[in-house]
Amino acid sequence: MEKLVQKIGLKHGSGGRAMRQLIEEVFLELASPVDGIGLSALDDGAALRIGDQWLVVTTDSHVVHPIFFPGGDIGRISVSGTVNDLAMMGATEPMGLTCAVILEDGFPRADLERIRDSMKATALEAGAPFVTGDTKVVGRGDADGIFINTTGVALTRRVVTDAGLRAGDLLIITGTIGDHGMAIMSKRHDLGLQGDLRSDVAPINGLIRAALAAGGDDVVAMKDPTRGGVAGSLHEMAAKGKVGVLIDEQAVPVRDEVRAAGDMLGIDPLLVANEGKAVIGVRAASAGKVLAALRAHPLGRDAAIFARALGERPGAVILDTGLGKRLLAEPEGELLPRIC
Amino acid sequence: MAKDLTQELKFRDPAKARALAEAMQRNLDAIGREVSVMHVCGSHEQAIARFGLRAVLPRQLQLIMGPGCPVCVTDGPEVDEAVALAGMGVHVCTYGDMLRLPGTSRSLADAQADGGKVHVVYSVDQAVELARAHPAEEVVFFASGFETTAVATAAAALAQPPKNFSILSVHKYVPAAMDLVAQSKQTKIEGFIAAGHAAIITGWAIFEPFAQKTNTPVVVAGFEPLDVLASIVKLTDLIRERKAEVFNAYPRCVTREGSQPAQRVLWKVFEARSGKWRGIAEVPEGNLDLRPEFAHLDARKRFRIDTGAVRDEAASGLEAECICGTIMMGLASPHDCTLFGKACVPESPVGACMVSSEGTCRIWHTYGGAPDLRGVGLPASSEG
Repeated sequence: MEKLVQKIGLKHGSGGRAMRQLIEEVFLELASPVDGIGLSALDDGAALRIGDQWLVVTTDSHVVHPIFFPGGDIGRISVSGTVNDLAMMGATEPMGLTCAVILEDGFPRADLERIRDSMKATALEAGAPFVTGDTKVVGRGDADGIFINTTGVALTRRVVTDAGLRAGDLLIITGTIGDHGMAIMSKRHDLGLQGDLRSDVAPINGLIRAALAAGGDDVVAMKDPTRGGVAGSLHEMAAKGKVGVLIDEQAVPVRDEVRAAGDMLGIDPLLVANEGKAVIGVRAASAGKVLAALRAHPLGRDAAIFARALGERPGAVILDTGLGKRLLAEPEGELLPRIC
Repeated sequence: MAKDLTQELKFRDPAKARALAEAMQRNLDAIGREVSVMHVCGSHEQAIARFGLRAVLPRQLQLIMGPGCPVCVTDGPEVDEAVALAGMGVHVCTYGDMLRLPGTSRSLADAQADGGKVHVVYSVDQAVELARAHPAEEVVFFASGFETTAVATAAAALAQPPKNFSILSVHKYVPAAMDLVAQSKQTKIEGFIAAGHAAIITGWAIFEPFAQKTNTPVVVAGFEPLDVLASIVKLTDLIRERKAEVFNAYPRCVTREGSQPAQRVLWKVFEARSGKWRGIAEVPEGNLDLRPEFAHLDARKRFRIDTGAVRDEAASGLEAECICGTIMMGLASPHDCTLFGKACVPESPVGACMVSSEGTCRIWHTYGGAPDLRGVGLPASSEG
C-alpha cells in the first residue's frame, strides 16, 4: 500500500518511524551474522564477543544546529552521544573515542577551538580518552559549518539490550525530560524563553554504572531517549520486548519551563529529544534499589519510576493521563531536524 | 506562569474526573440503552483525545465529533478561488491551517511553491499591515473560521482598512451545522456539546430555539478535561430527564446574552447565507458572507476570479476513497477509513480532516486514535 520513498527527506533523520523504515529498507542489506549483537538488532551499538567479554562499538554523527546552544554545544554532544550509547549497552567504561570532523571552508578557528575545549572537558568528565581522528574540509555551502562523527569502544562482561522487557517490569527515567529539544527549539524559534531552557546534554556513563551496580542482572533494558524522545524509546522497547508499556503521565518529571514551551508550540515533551537521560527497564523487585542509586547521583536526582511493562497489547505504548488513557503515537519524524 | 499552571491543574484533577465518570455511568445505567452525543469543536476533540477521556466514558455512551472544524468544511471550489487569486499575482494571506488544504486540484501551498505570494498570518491585522506596507499591491485576506475569528475579520473591515485590502470570506456559522446534523435522518444524536469560545460571543441563549425545535438538549462547555467531562454528565442528566434544554456549563466565560458589541460587529459586516460545506451538503445559513455594503472589501466583487485553470472536479483515486464528509456528519470514525494513517497522514493529507489541527483525523492520528483502553493495566489483566 505505502510505496517506497524515492527521495530522502529531513524526517528520515528524525529518529521516528520514517527513519526506522528507511534503515530497514536500505541499510539492513549490509547486515551479516556476527557472534553477538550486530546491525540487524538495530540497537544503540554492536556487541562482539571477545573471550568471556563483549566489545561494544557505537558510532554517531553530530550535525546539531545551532552549534552553540544553552547548556551545551556540538562538541559536548559529540562526546556525550557516543559515551551514552556505549553505556546503554551496559559498557560504562569507554576505552577509546575517535573524532572525525568535516569542516566548511571559512569556519572560524576560534569556534573550532572552543568546540575542541568542550570535547576535552566532556571526555574528561566521562573518563573517555580520544585515541584517533580525521579531518576533512569541504567547500562553502557543501556542509553547514561543522559536522562531527565520533566512534566509541568499550568492554563489558554483561550486555544490556533494549529488548529485555517482560510483563511486570518497571521503567525508570533518570531525570526531567524534553530539556535538550526544547532548548534547541526555543533558541531556533527565538521564543524568548531561553533563559529558562537549558539542554541536559551530559555523559551519563557514571550514572548508569551506579544503576547497574545497584540492580545487577535485574536491569534488563536500557535506551537513551534522544531523537524521538521518550515516546520513541518506549515504542522500540515495547516492540522488541513484545510487551505493552503503560506510562503514568503524572509521574513523568518535566520542568515547568519545558511544559510551558511545549504548550506554546503544541509539542508533547514525551516526543522531545534528551541528551543526558536514560530509560531503564528493571525487574520490579529491584526498582527501588536502582531508583535510590540513581537519585544519589548528581545527574539522577529527579529520577522517577514512570511506566510499567504489560503482558497485554504487545508493542503498544499507552499513556495514562490521570484523567483517562490513550495510545501514545510513535513519533513520525520531522518534529525538529538536526537536533544532535 | 506559575499561576497559569495552578489554574490549569484545578481543571485536571484525577479524583474529580473519576467522580464525574461515575456520575456519567449512573446516568447511562438509569437510561438503560446506548446513547450518542456530539460535540462540534476541534478544541473539544483535542482535549478528549489528548487526555484519553474516551477511556473513562461508559461503554453505552458514544461521544462523536461533528462538523467542528472550519478549515475542514471549507469547500474545494472556495480554495480554488484563493489559489486563482494567488495565480493573478495578488498577495493572499491566510491562517496556517489553510495552507495545505486541497482545492479541487491544488492548495495554496502549491500556489506558493509556484511563486505565488501566499503568506501565513496569525491574525487579520497582519494582513492589514501587509496591505499598508505595500500600498501599490493588492492584499487579500482568505478569512476562515467560525464566529470567533469572523468577529476579528469584521472588526478589521470596520476599522477603515487601506484601499488595497480585501476579504475572501469562507467563514462558517456553527449553529447552522448543528441544525443539519440534528435533522439528518441517519444520525441519532441525542445531545449536543456546544463550543464555549463561540458561545462567549453568541451567548448560550442562541441554542434555545434549536433545542426546542429539534427536541435535543445542548450543554455549552469549556475546554479543560474536567469541563468536558462535567458537560457530558450534565448532558446525560438532561437526556435521562428527557429535557430538551440548554445548560451553560462554562459560566466562568459564557453568559446568556454573550458579547453584544461583538455580535453587533459581526452582523454589521456579515450575513449568514446558504453554502456548500465540503463533503457534507448545502448548509442553509452556514456561510458568513460580506454584506452588500461591504462590497468594496469583497474580493469576489473586486476581482474577476476565474477558477477554470485551477479547477479539476474529477477527484483522483485516493480522494474518491476519502470519507471526511461522513466522519464530520458523525456517521463514521477515522478508523472506518481505508486511507487513515496509511495513504493519508499529516505530511501528505488526502482529506481536509487530516490537514487541519482541528480535524478529527489529524487529532486522532496525533493522539493514537480511539481504541478501547478501558481495562488496560488493571490488576486483573496486566501481569500476563
